[in-house]
Amino acid sequence: MGLLSKKDAALITDPLADNNPITIQVLGICSALAITAELKASIVMSISVLFVLGIGNVVISLLRNIIPSKIRIIVQLIVVAALVIIVDLVLKAFAYELSKTLSVFVGLIITNCIIMGRFEAFALGNGPWKSFLDGIGNALGYGVILIAVGFFRELLGSGTLLGFKVLGDPIEKTGLYAIGYENNGFMLLSPMALIVVGIIIWIQRTKNPALIED
Amino acid sequence: MEHIELFFKSIFIDNMVFATFLGMCSYLAVSKKVSTAVGLGAAVIFVLAVTVPVNWLLDQYLLQPGALGTWLGDEYADYDLSFLSFIMFIATIATMVQLVEIIVEKFAPALYNSLGIFLPLIAVNCAILGGSLFMQSREIPTLGLSLTYGIGSGIGWFLAILAIAAIREKIRYSSVPPALRGLGITFIITGLMAIGFMSFGGMLTGGEEPADDKKETKAKVEVIQKKELEKELANNTKKITE
Repeated sequence: MGLLSKKDAALITDPLADNNPITIQVLGICSALAITAELKASIVMSISVLFVLGIGNVVISLLRNIIPSKIRIIVQLIVVAALVIIVDLVLKAFAYELSKTLSVFVGLIITNCIIMGRFEAFALGNGPWKSFLDGIGNALGYGVILIAVGFFRELLGSGTLLGFKVLGDPIEKTGLYAIGYENNGFMLLSPMALIVVGIIIWIQRTKNPALIED
Repeated sequence: MEHIELFFKSIFIDNMVFATFLGMCSYLAVSKKVSTAVGLGAAVIFVLAVTVPVNWLLDQYLLQPGALGTWLGDEYADYDLSFLSFIMFIATIATMVQLVEIIVEKFAPALYNSLGIFLPLIAVNCAILGGSLFMQSREIPTLGLSLTYGIGSGIGWFLAILAIAAIREKIRYSSVPPALRGLGITFIITGLMAIGFMSFGGMLTGGEEPADDKKETKAKVEVIQKKELEKELANNTKKITE
């Protein structure tokens, strides 16, 4: 790593596994669950959060010595809200159908706890470059889980990935469907998102017993 | 009638936690003990009941396309400020939470002591902003209904966090697989509870849609029954008021 020192690289890689914002820090669950019935929506959501968290962390970090600590929450909310409005307008302009599926959940990025959590825990105490890396790292960690959940829910629920029929056609009975495979429509319903995340947490903690709670 | 319908709908069918996953962060973080869960739940009901109607007024008279024209004259009728709704809503919520905190501290110190630490947390609870955004996207027609919606969703959230806190207190005595302890099992329990709550889905629609040919007659019968019911209700309320 020529560009990044070891410490800086850890800022990006830590949140991907051992300090994952969703499975370990328990931040940003709300949106993670509601929009993961399709892989495409999960990917778009991850990119939106990447944008908001990366830029937001830099802005807050630059402002950190000017913001009076009493009103910092309102200042943070305004910064995030401005960034989210940009994301929302871009989505409406270039991916209108998708912005309809995401509905209010784009707006809910504002109160996504990951963003406030990283502002409070990191950007308020560190320089802009480090905060940027931290923001990118955490957004990637969030995206990894989101995409994993979206992948399994779309694959098992409707037999497609990004809209492509990877398991064959359920009506014409080709591919896996020829030997009697059925889609599990239950995977598309919201409760299954919780259970899938629960299983991901289970697997992660079995692999790394240091993370087990007492 | 529509108030009652919306009230129960927002508690059970569109439950904030189980149907739309709003407020999950604080739901998971503050549900280790029943007493703290009750405090946070009460604060959420309170804040939702205040912010949803206030944001409804803002939406109706400021943000909707053409809303400015209704009270500033026709020259403003073309303005569409709806892109500002996120920033307006969140600013309202943050200030309302501060205001509520000050008022409660002044007039009800006992309530403040029990709610106090939770109130600032609430500004960033997705359930609050979600309540306002859903109010906007579902186009709730009147101020009264928006109040009902706010209170109903608040109670729904309260029920959810109370239930999970009670379960988590009990589950400490059972032998959960080590890797699932804490967060993992909470997720799975919430999933199972959400499946349970899905059974409320048929409560207002009355289950299966009737077949096409029967549909019309059934609809007619329903209208007649509804009228009779309304008459009966009106009579009852008269009797009660007398």
